[in-house]
Amino acid sequence: MLLIPCPFCGKRDEHEFTYAREAHIARPTNGEQMSDAEWAQYLFMRKNPKGVHYERWMHAKGCRRYFNVARDTVTHEIYAVYEMGQPAPAIERENGR
Amino acid sequence: MKQHYSIFTLARNAVSYHENWTEAWRSPDPKPAYDVIIVGGGGHGLATAYYLAKEHGITNVAVIEKGWLGGGNTGRNTTIVRSNYLWDESAHLYEHSLKLWEGLSQDLNYNVMFSQRGLLSTAHTVHDMQALRRRVYAIQLNGIDSEILDREQVAAYCPILDCSPNARYPVFGASLQRRGGVARHDAVAWGYARGADARGIDIIQNCEVTGFKIENGKVVGVETTRGSIGARKVGVVVAGHCGVLAGMAGFRLPIESHPLQAMVSEPIKPVLNCVVMSGQVHVYVSQSDKGELVFGAGIDTYNSYSQYGSPPVVENMLNALTELFPIFGRLRFLRQWAGIVDTCPDASPIIGKTPIENLFFNCGWGTGGFKATPGSGHVFAHTIATGEPHKFAAPFALERFTTGYLIDEHGAAGVAH
Ligand SMILES: Cc1cc2nc3c(=O)[nH]c(=O)nc-3n(C[C@H](O)[C@H](O)[C@H](O)COP(=O)(O)OP(=O)(O)OC[C@H]3O[C@@H](n4cnc5c(N)ncnc54)[C@H](O)[C@@H]3O)c2cc1C
Ligand SMILES: [Zn+2]
Repeated sequence: MLLIPCPFCGKRDEHEFTYAREAHIARPTNGEQMSDAEWAQYLFMRKNPKGVHYERWMHAKGCRRYFNVARDTVTHEIYAVYEMGQPAPAIERENGR
Repeated sequence: MKQHYSIFTLARNAVSYHENWTEAWRSPDPKPAYDVIIVGGGGHGLATAYYLAKEHGITNVAVIEKGWLGGGNTGRNTTIVRSNYLWDESAHLYEHSLKLWEGLSQDLNYNVMFSQRGLLSTAHTVHDMQALRRRVYAIQLNGIDSEILDREQVAAYCPILDCSPNARYPVFGASLQRRGGVARHDAVAWGYARGADARGIDIIQNCEVTGFKIENGKVVGVETTRGSIGARKVGVVVAGHCGVLAGMAGFRLPIESHPLQAMVSEPIKPVLNCVVMSGQVHVYVSQSDKGELVFGAGIDTYNSYSQYGSPPVVENMLNALTELFPIFGRLRFLRQWAGIVDTCPDASPIIGKTPIENLFFNCGWGTGGFKATPGSGHVFAHTIATGEPHKFAAPFALERFTTGYLIDEHGAAGVAH
């Protein structure tokens, strides 16, 4: 069970949240000029890392606000929680995985 | 020397106190190079190797597995086998596989304990029932067995399912695929491994692929924890780790890795004669030959490579199970575990070429690839051997995410499995 620190409400159990997947995928501004392959990259291709994942969560049963989380997909350790629109913080992992 | 397995071999070995069984496959050191390297010793990888040898005469092949055979999702799944998929592309692929299952124990001379005990998919609302009808008619048009049962027929077919009008999730009816069922998961991996080994294929366990050797956009080998090994072609079949391996080769996949959990109860006398799955309430259950109830439900929602899974999912699964089968309410549970599944946006697999020449991927089977093990191996072996996709694999190419020709089996397949 994850204990997720909502930046607005504090630490809550994972079942209060909905997961909103990979963060920092910016919608392209030059859509008309993009090829189908570029659209495929934007729409479907994902990093899916074994290690630090920058992802969005929504506090569905609390403040109902979205925020970003940097979390380890192997240990589930949460390294950082930051508001939407903030840049992804660099994370140094001890075991360098 | 390969022993042929039969009642006589069994009797002969019984007389010598089972001390003279020979190993089912060798454990050779890797050669410097192979014609084909298969990365991943799960059912799909081993089946691919087997059919490369059997159908295409390609035997200078190694299967490289980082852990032990079947230690990934193959040995962790709830073993439901069926072919009642909505879309033509999936129907062809999964039915191809089901037909191979029907002769598999004979073909491999290895008992995979394939049991076609029938598979019920229940409907719990009017709309559920409408969707189910549409699905069954589509499946029938593809010549695949599937029928609709009303509530009374369901109650007669599976008496312990709560079909009373007062049930929390009333049963409106169900679809039934009589040829569906379950199989012994490890046996599938072991049977294919033994068959591949007997045809000269090297099976190398405890050897992790850590990178690809790529020259001018073409793969020429793999880096492993036991040194680098050359290869003319490489097939990658690593399920939840496909994103990691694609990263090593420098491209991305439309796949995210999630834990999928399963559980077994204490063993009890036979009470459940078929497989029951409910997409609406979301649980599926069968009873193993040992008597344990084996069941599972949906994925943990967030990306993860940790093979355990989180408690809220277990709670939902148990709620669904005990509402559908009140009789299970007082059972105790033995074990819970998870495997890392490779979920694709359209819930269909990706089979075929990649941006790197001679590097092939077979992944994205997500929560439902066990049933496809023979078919997947068969079409992937063809794809690797000829360099062109097998006709059943062609629609499942990676390019579909560029062309938009997705094969959306979400929900359409009834439930995740
Ligand atoms: C709990 C659960 C229940 C399921 N229930 C069903 C079901 O009822 N019916 C159904 O049809 N499907 C089901 N599935 C899905 C099914 O198990 C999988 O789709 C299928 O088994 C995948 O087979 P595979 O051989 O591709 O993968 P795996 O068996 O996972 O094999 C992949 C192998 O690759 C190896 N590997 C990974 N990285 C490397 C590397 N770098 N180098 C070397 N080797 C590597 C792994 O160790 C692993 O052994 C379920 C899955 C789970 C987890
Ligand atoms: Zn909050």
